[in-house]
Order: sequence, then structure tokens, then C-alpha cells
Amino acid sequence: MAHPTLPARQGLYDPANEHDACGVGFIANIKGARSHAIIEQGLLILKNLTHRGAVGADPLAGDGAGILIQIPDQFFREEMADRGVKLPPLGEYGVGMIFLPQEPASRLACEYEIERAIKDEGQVLLGWRDVPRDNAGLGESVKKIEPVIRQVFIGRGAGVTVTDALERKLYIIRKVSGHAIQALKLEHSKEFYVPSMSARTLVYKGMLLAGQVGSYYKDLSDPRVTSALALVHQRFSTNTFPTWDLAHPFRMIAHNGEINTLRGNVNWLRARQGAIFSPILGKDLDKVWPLIYDGQSDSASFDNALELLIMSGYSLAHAMMMLIPEAWEKHTFMDPHRRAFYEYHAAMMEPWDGPAAVAFSDGRQIGATLDRNGLRPARYLVTSDDMVVMASETGVLPIPEEKIIKKWRLQPGKMFLIDLEAGRIIDDKELKDTLANSKPYRAWIERIRIKLDDLPAPTKIAEQSKVPLLDRQQAFGYTQEDLKFILSPMAQQGEEAIGSMGNDSPLAVLSNKDKPLYNYFKQLFAQVTNPPIDPIREDLVMSLVSFIGPKPNLLGIDETNPPMRLEVGQPVLDFNQMDTIRHIDYYTGGKFKSFEIDISYPVAWGKQAIEARLASLCAQAEDAVRSGYSILIVSDRKVDADHVAIPALLALSGIHQHLVGKGLRTSAGLVVETGSAREVHHFALLAGYGAEAVHPCVAMETIFHAGASIPEEYRGEKGVKNYVKAIGKGLMKVMSKMGISTYMSYTGAQIFEAVGLARGMVDKYFTGTTSNVEGIGVFEVAEEAIRLHLAAFGNDPVLANALDAGGEYAFRVRGEEHMWTPEAIAKLQHSTRANSFQTFRDYAKIINDQSRRHMTLRGLFEFRVDPAKSIPIDEVEPAREIVKRFATGAMSLGSISTEAHTTLAIAMNRIGGKSNTGEGGEDPRRYAPVKAGETLASRLGRDRIQRDIPLREGDSLRSKIKQVASGRFGVTAEYLNSADQIQIKMAQGAKPGEGGQLPGHKVSEYIAELRFSVPGVGLISPPPHHDIYSIEDLAQLIHDLKNGNPRASISVKLVSEDGVGTVAAGVSKAKADHVTIAGHDGGTGASPWSSIKHAGTPWELGLAETQQTLVLNKLRGRIAVQVDGQMKTGRDVAIGAILGADEFGFATAPLVVTGCIMMRKCHLNTCPVGVATQDPELRKKFKGQPEHVVNFFFFIAEEVREIMASLGVRKLGDLIGRTDLLDMKKGIEHWKAKGLDFSRIFQMPHMPPEVAIYNSEKQDHGLEKALDHRLIELAQPAIQRAEKVTVEMPIRNVNRTVGTMLSSEVAKKYGNSGLADDTIHVRFAGSAGQSFGAFLVRGITLDLIGEANDYVGKGLSGGRISVQPSPKFRGSPTENIIIGNTVMYGAIAGEAYFRGVAGERFCVRNSGAQAVVEGVGDHGCEYMTGGTVVVLGMTGRNFAAGMSGGIAYVLDEDGSFNSRCNQSMVQMESVLAEAEQEAKVSRDIWHMGQADETILKGFIERHARYSGSIRAREILDNWTTYRAKFVKVFPTEYRRALGEMAAKRRKLAA
Amino acid sequence: MGKITGFMEYQRLAEAAEDKRERVKHYREFVLHLSDQEAGIQGARCMDCGIPFCMTGCPVNNIIPDWNDLVYKQDWRLALDVLHSTNNFPEFTGRVCPAPCEAACTLNINSDPVGIKSIEHAIIDKGWEQGWVVPQLPKRKTGKKVAVIGSGPAGLACAQQLARAGHAVVLFEKNDRIGGLLRYGIPDFKMEKHPIDRRMEQMRAEGVEFRTNQHVGQNVNAKDILAQFDAVALTGGAEHPRDLPVPGRNLEGVYFAMQFLPLQNKVVAGDKIPGQILATGKHVVVIGGGDTGSDCVGTSNRQGAASVTQFELLPQPPAQEDKPLVWPYWPLKLRTSSSHEEGCERDWAVATKEFIGENGKVKIIKIVRVEWKDGKMTEVPGSESEIKADLVLLAMGFLGPVQTGLIEQFAVEKDARSNVKAETDGPKAYCTSVPKVFAAGDMRRGQSLVVWAIREGRQCARSVDEFLMGRSDLPR
Repeated sequence: MAHPTLPARQGLYDPANEHDACGVGFIANIKGARSHAIIEQGLLILKNLTHRGAVGADPLAGDGAGILIQIPDQFFREEMADRGVKLPPLGEYGVGMIFLPQEPASRLACEYEIERAIKDEGQVLLGWRDVPRDNAGLGESVKKIEPVIRQVFIGRGAGVTVTDALERKLYIIRKVSGHAIQALKLEHSKEFYVPSMSARTLVYKGMLLAGQVGSYYKDLSDPRVTSALALVHQRFSTNTFPTWDLAHPFRMIAHNGEINTLRGNVNWLRARQGAIFSPILGKDLDKVWPLIYDGQSDSASFDNALELLIMSGYSLAHAMMMLIPEAWEKHTFMDPHRRAFYEYHAAMMEPWDGPAAVAFSDGRQIGATLDRNGLRPARYLVTSDDMVVMASETGVLPIPEEKIIKKWRLQPGKMFLIDLEAGRIIDDKELKDTLANSKPYRAWIERIRIKLDDLPAPTKIAEQSKVPLLDRQQAFGYTQEDLKFILSPMAQQGEEAIGSMGNDSPLAVLSNKDKPLYNYFKQLFAQVTNPPIDPIREDLVMSLVSFIGPKPNLLGIDETNPPMRLEVGQPVLDFNQMDTIRHIDYYTGGKFKSFEIDISYPVAWGKQAIEARLASLCAQAEDAVRSGYSILIVSDRKVDADHVAIPALLALSGIHQHLVGKGLRTSAGLVVETGSAREVHHFALLAGYGAEAVHPCVAMETIFHAGASIPEEYRGEKGVKNYVKAIGKGLMKVMSKMGISTYMSYTGAQIFEAVGLARGMVDKYFTGTTSNVEGIGVFEVAEEAIRLHLAAFGNDPVLANALDAGGEYAFRVRGEEHMWTPEAIAKLQHSTRANSFQTFRDYAKIINDQSRRHMTLRGLFEFRVDPAKSIPIDEVEPAREIVKRFATGAMSLGSISTEAHTTLAIAMNRIGGKSNTGEGGEDPRRYAPVKAGETLASRLGRDRIQRDIPLREGDSLRSKIKQVASGRFGVTAEYLNSADQIQIKMAQGAKPGEGGQLPGHKVSEYIAELRFSVPGVGLISPPPHHDIYSIEDLAQLIHDLKNGNPRASISVKLVSEDGVGTVAAGVSKAKADHVTIAGHDGGTGASPWSSIKHAGTPWELGLAETQQTLVLNKLRGRIAVQVDGQMKTGRDVAIGAILGADEFGFATAPLVVTGCIMMRKCHLNTCPVGVATQDPELRKKFKGQPEHVVNFFFFIAEEVREIMASLGVRKLGDLIGRTDLLDMKKGIEHWKAKGLDFSRIFQMPHMPPEVAIYNSEKQDHGLEKALDHRLIELAQPAIQRAEKVTVEMPIRNVNRTVGTMLSSEVAKKYGNSGLADDTIHVRFAGSAGQSFGAFLVRGITLDLIGEANDYVGKGLSGGRISVQPSPKFRGSPTENIIIGNTVMYGAIAGEAYFRGVAGERFCVRNSGAQAVVEGVGDHGCEYMTGGTVVVLGMTGRNFAAGMSGGIAYVLDEDGSFNSRCNQSMVQMESVLAEAEQEAKVSRDIWHMGQADETILKGFIERHARYSGSIRAREILDNWTTYRAKFVKVFPTEYRRALGEMAAKRRKLAA
Repeated sequence: MGKITGFMEYQRLAEAAEDKRERVKHYREFVLHLSDQEAGIQGARCMDCGIPFCMTGCPVNNIIPDWNDLVYKQDWRLALDVLHSTNNFPEFTGRVCPAPCEAACTLNINSDPVGIKSIEHAIIDKGWEQGWVVPQLPKRKTGKKVAVIGSGPAGLACAQQLARAGHAVVLFEKNDRIGGLLRYGIPDFKMEKHPIDRRMEQMRAEGVEFRTNQHVGQNVNAKDILAQFDAVALTGGAEHPRDLPVPGRNLEGVYFAMQFLPLQNKVVAGDKIPGQILATGKHVVVIGGGDTGSDCVGTSNRQGAASVTQFELLPQPPAQEDKPLVWPYWPLKLRTSSSHEEGCERDWAVATKEFIGENGKVKIIKIVRVEWKDGKMTEVPGSESEIKADLVLLAMGFLGPVQTGLIEQFAVEKDARSNVKAETDGPKAYCTSVPKVFAAGDMRRGQSLVVWAIREGRQCARSVDEFLMGRSDLPR
């Protein structure tokens, strides 16, 4: 259904991009005892989750909240009796909760359709009831669209004997009436919506704040309204358009998270329409379609899918397991029956993938499940009086500790179900075992599964083309660079090559070169609303398994003879596999039949033929499927001099979409055999548009015949094998960038955006893909293919015996164009060194003048200059004001040299702009202002500077912007307190959605010091921030950082892609003060080429979308917008301002000013000009000077002033958002570029004049509510005079980020060394909110009796935390959860003692803190680089993944730890007695220079002391026995580095 | 590519040369090309830059990083192919090019540039040695006829490209041998002449017809050419020398460099030249500090001059340029050629006042010191002096193409500097004002380098091909 009240799609704003995430919870009585108290408590949970929601521009307009309860029979019975209606017994009538239009005639029309549907479906209308409401507290914007809300009562008709049958009829009534009302197409029927229509459940929800639900719906406060369960939800939407229907719960679920694969899931459901039948629903199934309306939210779509499965007879648990399966593919120790269950269902339904905690109920059962990654928090507790409370966080209901018998959490992929009818909790194992054994899945799988790899290899390979390889390579647009940068590295190393710096070559649509169609698509990626995954360290959730061929009937619950399926381990087929598929009927005894669709056509027919050819191919495909072929091979192998290939991607997608539309897609598999696919991006696109497998024939032949560009040993099978491996790895990276784990759900998911393709063509052949600037149509696509074809088979002497040079990856004369030409670099360097504005003009002209070479979208813009309005330049604000809006990009010390890093900082401080630390901390020696006579070396240390830089008095080396990236390196309380702005890097233009790695050899002693790590030990930045899995998590981090330094503004860095505007709106609502929109082309120190080239979009698109969305939401005023990405000239700045930027970031250009010559060797550490290297010899060659950088920025400002004068604008602020001043350049002749249309970029929403279009107000961070104000007050003696202070106070879950502002006060005064241990001692009792003790500094101790939520001790900076259960709690600490997920993330120093079990991701990226805990969830100690962790209980899976430093001691009582420890970077050793260690192990590699026994025992003793742990006591009492059961987890890198450091020390000593 | 850390590990190695005391005794080349291994190591110094400045520094845009890498990997055959893909005559440029590519090399910013020229030299010499340089016959003949007038590097390059495109090409040369300045301007000790002959063999096989002693505008009429050919390319060079009109200019013993140098080349080639202008036993003064002047110095020393002095009007340039403000462009700096090393007095900021003779023969030059300020020259009062001179060679550059004869007869429009007027880009590239007549090389751009001539010859060929065929596959 179209959202009733969202603004229409306009400009770059598209309502389809809405995201939400939120707080969810439920309470239930296990025995099914109904009470009104449950509803009251449900509403209380909702209130206590308020901080997980958000408010928009109107503070009285929340994002939506609601509650699902059981039908209150008694209440309705009495209510309806008053209206003269006698209700039948419970279970024999249904209640529909209906939102109706305010306009009376439309409302009647809707009601009539409902009544008609009831009648048509043979049921009985019992009556209507107006739902009593009180809208007094609602905001004006909400009231304006408030629907009329009525309940309809429906009695069962003849033939309906059981409640389940009635439920199905109610479902059909809802569907039929909904479709009918849609079909009326009434202007005033948009409010129509049915929150629920069931004989068991009832939903009260709306565009309400959490606290308003109970008061708005008067029913909810009526004591007669009772229920045994209450499911509640509080929404945080990225946007603020008031919509009543988007509130949760839906009819069966409430969802916290994001479905990343939505587009594919919806498509696949639609694709099944023709091949689906239900023995339960029978003919009624036809009335269900369309099951999901276009543009529905992910949660609503998921609810629709779940509902269909349940109505078709699946149980709630069964259906959930189909939709959100746990990661079974690589789970080697999963029960084989359960694996078979998952494997069987995998072919029936693609996982709905993404971070999700889904709570669900059908009124009889209530439960919740978590996605396979466990990316959302869900805590529950069970009481002795049969109550269960589950919520996104603990502490949402005050429940006496003595009543609680179990505290636990939902675990990744696990389900938790309460059966109210049976009166008991069914745990994950029992539930799944029962289902897994209910049918002989294992036997079925054995019987029906054919693994392609198991089939006999064909005896002879089919003939390869007779056309010379070189001609075919050229026909598919191969260049020499495809060999050098793509195929050769993959064939040799089995992975993609790495590049550096940004992308400065033109978009495909602007290029003079003929480009493959693949280049017109940009990969989308996760930012903020869902986390990317680390496909290397967390590969246990990743899967490339693909099924080729018909999919079983989704609703075939009584299946006894399931169809065969063909399985491949990964989707890249080699020659043998392709040949097998081609003759699959032979190899499978006729069970499968393949049909080849030749996508080449006579080149003589020209470009006009393509449209009809595509239509014919679709018809062919349809006929083939209808006549029983089970695999279609889309092939271009018949290309020769006379036959040109339709781009495989286009043919594939056209056929896929056609079959989806016909409901036939699941009846056959699609395999692509193409010469065009060679790089990861190509495979990703083919997968994303429907290919189940791909055979890249020319790429593989090329590896066989590559000549000198591939060493001989790899020129054959070995090379092909490596290549397949590399593509597989690359695909996982592309998928995980979007947070998608399985190839199955990536297939057809269309996670791309087109740039430079005409909308008409995209809508037809790539339906559902965004294309915002128009571009070439299908005939031009054909022309481009034909041009390549003619060049390949023509007489060009350059191509006679060699491929085209390329020039895409490195500059080549007559190759692809680049913004940075040799001339441009020379002119820029000369101008800034000689302070010559004249030479700068020459430079700017090279960049700006794109009349002959088209490079960027903005290159085709033109200012609308009205000479009559121009003003003299001296009326324009001075350059010294404009430069304050400039910042340099986030380049870490590590990626660039200290000399280069400080040069930029000095320059920016001189002009009043801002420099950025980048990820990696900052030397505190840089903080104080420079005194006369100092130099860089005198300040930072002579041994650390290779080329000294003279300083002036008053200079500052401090970077005003402090970056907080996923690695959290060096993010201490002191670091935060030295910031003017704290930037959260969500994504980086060059590699959005990916992590990074600083290899050990680059981690010098200095860098290690700044990052609190060990020299020589490699450092991994994970793809996601492990404390940001959703928008409300980001809000939490913003809150944490604001507490960490209330004086700093908080910025969030995003990368331009379709939908970034919506994310930016969410960021604004999450209280960020500042947002950066980076273009896709920004620089990097190292990134795979496919990310540099193919992910993200130009900032022109992202910035304009951001501005439009923020203004439309009335959120623009409270946030500053910065733009960056290949900003080079004043013209770029002016255009940035016009499209909506307040500030401007520059990175590459200032680097060039300091000497960078675009070597693109940053990742090799061989920068010959000392900019991007740590090599001391090369750093001596650094020639940059702050003065030059200052000159650069003043030149830029001067150019901006000239433009402003010509436009008649006096202040830069007045230029912001003035898109009326931009136009598309006239007379663009270029055959591709002339199809572009920028009107969507230039469109500004029509808003009243009082709506801000630039940053003009401040965010309200709500810091005044913080508990810390009281703590700071009480701790004054400590802060002022370092006197000991002890405080005691209660704490609740709404008290978030406790101790952080207090730490900020201490750090401001005492720096990182803080106060003496335990100077401020605070004792809390209760349930602490999120981020308890974040960035806690030395000298502060927080003791908590009770429990805590997620992020305890985040960024711990020297303080001490202990958490122990209330003495009244009777559960055993090792079996109950005490703290939430992602505890001690990025901790730097300090200690923590947790008497109980922690959630997932304990001590991720710990770099120096010591922690003891009595059990951890999955991914413990991931990416850890230092410190010590002691686990006195069970661990989850994937322990120590990516761990490069520090030590973990794990008590492994049953010897099973081995299977849960990821040993790719660590070794498992036993903990020796001290004497034995002395005897056997060199002291060089002792952790902290002490014996393991001493360390371990010491920590356990402290644990016993600080947390009162009985477990610790018991271990100490039986020390010898227990010591032997401990496993020492020792990272190999750390061991090597310890050895090397010891050797170095000895050498120095000698 | 190359070796990632090669530039940090290896030093630049200059090509070995025969000792100066020995080499002045003959006219043979004295620079030896690098061994395979040496060249490989020099290739390893290349950093395969993200932006190879060398490539734009080089007028023919040689794909230098690629062949550096191939030489490092000892794949000489492919290296030769890559080299030939942009440069018809690497054996010329590998010997006489001043290598602007090396000035633009990124290693030149703060270290010694890659020895690009020496690698080029090694590749092409290897190619000839191995017999890899063979005719590239066109796939089919077009039936079109093109006249190329002037057989210097521009004409040769133009002719070769056009022949490979299948056109029938006739190359007209006014002298008795093919090669223009390559043949008679550059002394043998800098570049021996058999490489030209070898190339001619190749070109002949590719279909170029050479006609020597055909001086268009003198003994051949432009009209006839226009009548016989479908297109004409003027590549006649810029041979009009700058004169020094001071008293005594007409004395015997005062010659233009180009009156002097060709004679020695002819003698080396085996011709008998009665009355050859010789420096033997004479006090030689070379006026002009450029490459031609340098060639005069080298030739004079070989002929056994009593002394050689070279004057330059401009002040002495600095030994080292201001790199931050000059790189990657060609720097103005003091350059000492191999001929200078062989023995020569050099003096800068010197102007000639008068030649003083005896019996009609020059004996003395009267000079004066000059000062330069803001581009303006003033004589230093009282700084006149006299210097002995038996032979004065004027090597002060060229003013443009010879205006009489050829240019008159074709009646093409000229630019402000009296060169034949033609653009180098766009649809009218290399077209003169006269239909189907094209111009390239020094005749179009004025006095320049061999490598520029090759570039223009190639690009002009493409324009001619486009003109004749409507489209062209020839690379620019």
C-alpha cells in the first residue's frame, strides 16, 4: 500500500528509502493467565524504551508506537452488548481494528468494501464499534492525519468450524477488501489501513510517542481489557513523515532491525506466484495477490510473508525458521537433522537477511528470534510467578530480584517461544529438534540433492570459440589493465588487488571510451541503519551456496515427493561445470534439462535491433520454462565478427524480470555464460539481477593464455582456481558490505543504483532500480556494445596485436581521462609554492573546464549568471571568513606520515579551518599551543620526525576534528576532550561498508603508542562499528560522545548513495550536530579496486538528496552539512554550497599541495615524496609546508568569491541551497552525456520560508537529564583537590552513559593519567542503561549491584567497573546474563569484573583493558589487540576472530572450547605452572613480562574481591585442578612481536 | 610493476662511453648501450607511477612504465612492441633525444630519474640485433597516393605511418640522401647513419618510394605534385638560420653551422668534398650555446682545431633548477654535453660586435659583455675585448622554414613566425590553408627536437588518412 501521508517521490527524495529500527519488548504469562496488569506493564515497557525512539521536527510527533494484545473477550462482550450485539464465544468471532479516512464519504466507501468482503467470504458482520480515543496530547502534524478508528466484529459463517479456519477467512476478508479499496483509487482513502483482523489478537498503534499509547486508546486503561500477553514496539524512523500505518506491531510481528534483502525477497515472492499452490488455502490463495504492495516497509513486507506461511498451515516457529534461518551452512557441529531441515527449506525461501530481533505472536504463542549474526539486543527474564519479560534492554520493568529465576538473552539465530496454551517455555533446542524430526528431511535431502561438484566431469570439454581470444576480449571491452590490475593478481594470489587514492576518472556515461554496461551501476552498501559484516573474521555466517533450477512449492506443507535440486558450493562455474550444466540431462538422467538462450545477434542489424531481440529472448525463455526446461543458460559464446552480444547483464535482467512478472521464475534456474564478466563487480551485478551461477568464459581463457602478465605456473588450472576463489571472496565482501550473508538472498536482491541510464530503460529491464540522472537508453547501450565489437573486429593497428591500454586505474595518454592530469598537479604545486594565483587559475581551468572532457556531473552544470545582479568582488565576504568552512579529510597518521599529518593540521589551524585526526588517535603532545622557538621535532621528539618543520608562536598541531572509527584506536577520554568536533566515520568514500587493516610492518613504535597497541602487530578496523547496528544505536553513540565531551559537536560521516538523504535525516534526529556527505570518489590508503571504482555515487547526488530530505523533514536547521570527495576548486565549493553544504572537506588536493603526485602507492609504503609512507628514508623527502596549504585554501576561497560576485551573492551562507542558480550546461554534444537530466538534483522542496535551508540552530542533546550532573557535583572534592569521594545511588535503564561526563571533567583537568586509583568510588544498585561507564578514566570506580545493558565500559580509559547480581537474585551467575552486548568495545585501559555472563562480542577491539567475566556470547575478544581477558565459563562461537594482540584465558571445563575458538590468528596453549613456564618458555614472550599463572591467579583474586564471585573463590580454592583446565589464547602476531621487541631490546642493550 | 622498492635499492647507471681522449680521434658513436642485466636493473627503478609524468613529458607519449617493466622482466620482444607502438624510430631518439621524459620522471623530484633513454636505446638496439624489426605490411592497399616532401624525422614518420595504412607514399628529398637533419645535421659521433639506411629498407618494403635530389620548388614543381597525388604532406624542416649582421659578417671563415657540419658527414659517408671547411689547426669560435653549437665543438675537435671557444648571448644558467617550481617541466640549467667534455672554452653573456679580418679572412672577433635585466640586454660599458678566430661558426638557431621555392609554390598560409600554419588538434589538424596539403614537423612548429618531429609526422599521417578515407585507425 502506498504510504498514506508520506510526501510523494520528488527530486531525489524517494519514500522507498525509509528505514526504521527501534525498541521492542513483550510481557506474557506463561500459563496464559489474563490480566489487565499485563497491559499496564506492556505500556510501562514501552515508556522505558522511549530513548530508543525519536522525535522529529514536531516534538509531539513520535515515529510511532503500539501494542498487540489478546482479544479482551469480556470487555468486548459487554461493550457490544451495550450496542445491542451479542458476541459469540471467544474464538468464534474476529475483531478488525480499522483505520478509516476522515472524509465521511470515503470512510463509508471503505466500510462498505469491508462489509461486502465479509459477505462475499460467507461470514457474518456482527457490528461496528468506534474506538474511544483522546487525542489531546497529539502534535498538530499528527492530528492533521489522524484516521477515524473503528473496530469491526465478524462472526463465523457456515462451514467455519475452528478458529484457525476463521483466522484464514479473516485474512482473506482483509486482503480482498484491501485490494478493493486500493482499486477505488480514492483521493481520500489513503488513511485506510487494517492494523489487525483476527479472532485472537488485537493491535492498538499509531503515530504516537511511547507514552501516548495508553492515554490515546482509552480501551487500554479499562480494567476489563485483559490479556495474557502484550507485545510492544517503539519506532525510530530515519524520516519524520507522520504515518500511522508504519507503527508496529504489525499483525503478527514487531521488528527491531532492517531487512537488507527486501527487494530480492519481495521479487522472489512475486516470482513464485505462478508456481505456488496451497492445500490449505486452496482457491483463496488467488485472492491474496499482490501479497506485498510496492514501497511497503521491510517490516510490513516481512509480516505479509510470515502471515502467508502461517495461513498456509505452517506453525509460527516453522515459518520463522524458514524466513530467518540460523547460519547452518558452515555450522559443522549442528545436529544433522536440523541442518537437513534448514537445507531443505533453503531452496523454498531465501533468507530475509539483515539485523533483526523479531518478536512475534499469533495470540496463542509468543516468541522472538534473532538474525544469524545476532546484531540486535534482546534480553529476557523469567519469574517464579510465570511471567516472561523480553525487551531490547533489561530493566524495563521493575521486578523484584527475588522473583527472577532466569535472566538470559536471545542468541544469534536462536528462537525463544512461549506456548500459552501449553503453559510453558519451549527452548530453542526442543523447538527446532521437534520440527527437524517431524519429517524425514535428512533422507529427502540425500535423495533430492545433486551437487554439481559430485557429478562426473565431462570427458571432453566442449569446443571453445573459434574466434581468436584477442578479438573476443576486445569485443567485451577488455583492456591491458584488466589483466594487470584484475585477472593477474586474482590468478596469482586468490584475491582482488588493492589500490589507493580515489577515483578521478569519469562516470561511464561521461566517458569517451566505450564502457561495459556493468560500469553504469554502483553498489549500495550499509550505513547506520544496518551494519556491514566482516566476511573474513565472521565467515561462519557467510555462504555462497546456490541452487540452480526450479524451486519447490513454498506452501507445499504436505509435500511427500519434493522436486530435485541442483546445488553448487559457489556460483562461479569453471569450464567443466559449465559443460556439465549444458548437458545436465545426461548427467542427471533427465531430471534436469537445460536450454541455451543465445544473446548475440547479427551486428548488421545495428543498434535498433536490440529492443526486439530482448523481447524475443524473453519469449524464448518463457516458452522454454513452460515446456519443462529447468535451467536456462543465457550465453554470449556465439559472438564472432558478424554477431554482436547484447550485454549479458541486460539480457539476464530482462529475462529474469520477465519470468518474475509471469510468475515463472522459480520454475527454472538462470545461468549466465558470458565473456564480459571478469571482475567482482560484474559477478555481483549478475547475481543481483538474478543469476544463480556464472561462467566467465573469456576471463578463464584469458588466464590460460595470458602470456607474461601472469607467471607461467598460474597460467592454467591453478590460476583459474585462484580466480574463482578471489571472485568468491570478493562477492562475499560486496554482499557483506550491505549486511547480507548468503548468496541465495543476494541473488535478485538488486542492491545497486544506476548512474547514467535512462529511467525508461531501467524501469523496463532493471525494474525497481534507482536511476536519478537519466542517461543512455537501450539503443545507446547497444551502440556502445557495437562500437566495441567493431573496434575488436576492425583494422585498428593498435588493437591488432594488443588490448587497449585502458588508463582507468593509472593515467595513460590516450587512455581514460583523469581529473588529476600531470599538468593539473604541476600547476597546483607550482601555484601554491610560488603563491601565484595566476598559476592557480591555470590549474582551476584544467579541472573546471569540462567542455571538452566530461568528467563529473558537476562538470556539466552551469551557473545561471545574471549580469544585472553581479556585484563588485569587494562586496563579497572576505576569503578569511570563507576558509573557516574548510576542513581537511580524515587521513590517519599511519596512512600518511607524521610530517604530512602535522603540516595539514598547522595549516588548518592557521586559517581557522579544521583538520582531522583520521582513525588512529593523536599524540597528546600536539594539544598545547606552540611557543616561540619550537619546531615539529622539538615538540614531538627528534627521533620521531624525519623532516623538521619550523613553527610559529601560536601555531597548533592539534587536529580539531577527532575521528571515531570502527577500530576505536586511541579513542580515550582525553582524546575526545581535545576535540572541537568528534566525527563518527560510518563509511568512507573509497570503500564504503568495508573495514581496513594496518599491516604489522607499518605499525611503528610511535603509531603503536598512539593506538595503544604493540609495535609490529597488525591492526584491523572492522567493517561495522560494533556499537552501531541501527539508527538508535547511532543515537546512543552520539549521546556517549557528547557526554565524553559536551563542548564538541558530533559529526557523522556518510557516503553518497541512493537513500543517503533518509539516513541523514535519521542522523539529524539522532542528534548529530553535523553530517558529512562524502562522494564515492574519495581517497584511501588501501582498498580493493572494485570498491574504489564501483561503490557509492557522486556527492552531487548524495548532497542534493540530503538537502532535499532534510528540508522536507524540517530537520536541516539543526544540523550542519559538510561535503567532500574530490573537491578541487572554488567552483566545486560553490556548487557544493548551492546543493546544500555549509562546509567543505578536501583531502587529495591538499595532499598534492604538500607533494603528493598521485603515485597510488600508499598501500605499498613506497611513497617517494614522503607523504603516504612510514619509511624513515622516504619521509626525509617530504617537502610540504603549511604555508603552501594555506595558500591553497585562500586561492580556493578567492575563486569562490569571484563566482559569488558574478552571481550577486555576498555571503557564502546565502549561497546554500540556492539551486535556482544552477543549470545544466547547454549544448552537450557527447553522444552518451546528452541523455542526462539533472532536474532531480536541482529540485528543491517547496517549503514555507520559515523552514531553514542551512544550519541555523542547535541540537537539543538532553544532557541535562544525565545522572552525571549529580555525580560531578558530588565528586567536586575529587575533581578539584583529588580527594577521595564515595557515592551511592540507585540506577535505572533510562540512566544511560553513566560516568562519562564525570570522566570528561576529570580528563579535562588531569588528561589520560587521570586520578589515583579509586579516588571517586560510586556504588550503584539497579539496572544500568546502555554504555554504563563508557570512557571511564583512571581514578573512577563504578560498582554496580544488579545488571547492565549493552556497551558497558565502552572505550574504558583506565577506570574500574564491577557488576554483580543483587544478593536477592537466586540464579547462578554462570548461567545468567549480567551485562549486554559489545561490552568493553574499544577499551584502552582499566579493569572490569563481571560476575555473570556477558552477551555477544565481549571485549571486541580491546587494546589494553583487563576484564574477568563468567561466560561470554559469540565473537568474544574479536579484533582484540591488547589487554587481558579471563573467562570463567562458557564462550560462544568465533572466539578470538581477528585477535592480534593481548591474551585471553578461558576456563574450558568440558574441553569443547576448541570448536568455538577461531584459530586463524591465535594458538591455544595450556596455562603452565609458573615454574614450568620458567623452565620451558622464553621470558621474551611472556605476557606483561609475568608468568601466566601469576597473571591469571591475580585477576581471579581481584575478581573475587571486587565482584564477590563465588565461582572465583571456588577456582582459587582448587587452584591446581582448575589451572590445568584453563586455555591460554595467544595471538601468533603478538607472540612474534614480543619476540622481536625482546630481540631489539637486547640489541640496544648490547 | 617494475620492482616495488627498486628505486630505493638501485642507483642510476649512465651508459658507458669511450674515453674522451680516444673518441675525438674518430667519428664513430662512442656511447655504448646497457647490457641486458644493467637495463633490467635500471628498469626496476621505475615506480610505475599512478600518473606517469614521463609519459606526458615525452612528446610521442612513450608508454615508458610498461616497457621499463618488461625490460626488468627481460621480455625484450614485448618491450620493443610497446616502444614501437608510439615511436617509429626509437633508434634515433634513443641516441639524440635530450629526454624530456627524464626531466619529468617522478624520481627526478628528489633523486636521479630513471635512465629512460638508455633503456630505450637498449631495447631498440636489441630489436635490430635480434632481427625483430621487420616490415609491417598493410593488409590492403587503398589506391591513394600521398607525397611527403622532406625526409627528416617528421617526413619519415609520416611516410611510414601512411604506408602502413595502405597508401602509396612517395618521399621527396632535396639532398642526395634520405634523412634531413638526421643525415646531415647530426654528426656521426652522435648518431651513425646506418640506422637510417636500415629503416629505409624497412620502409621501402612497406611501400614507401624514396626520391632523392628532388627539390620541390626548385627542380620539381608543386603544381605537378598536386596533380599527381591525392594528398601532400610538407615536412621540409625549418632550415632558415638566424644570421649575425655585424661588421665583417662577409669575411671568409664565418659560416653557418649548417654550412660546416654536413660536409663532415658526407666525408664520413665516403664522399669526396673538395674544399671542405675544416677546423684543423684553427682557432674556432662557435657562436650559440645550443645543441648545434655543441655539435660544431665536437666536430672541430675531431678535425684537430687549435682551440675551440663557444659564446652564448644569454647568461650562464644555474647548475641546478628550482625543482619545486619547475618539475615536471623541462628545466633551464647548465648542460655540459659530451662535446664540451672533449675540450672547449665556454663563455656566457657575450655579444659579438664585429668580425675583423685580414685578406678577407676572419682573424679576430670583437666581443662585449652584456647584462640581462628583466629580459632586457645591455652592454657592459668598457668590457669590449678581442679574441683570435680563424673559423667562426654561427649556431644561433633557425628562424623558420626556407620561404622561397616550396612554400611560395604551394602558396600556403603562414603563421606569425613564418612557419606553415596548421592546427594540431581538431578536425583540421595538420591541414594547411590549401586543400589536401598538410604540414608537420619543424616546417609547421619551427625548430624543435627529433622526437617532436616524429610526433607530428605520426599525427599528420592520421589526419591525411582520415582525409583520404573518411576515418582512420592510425594512432595519434
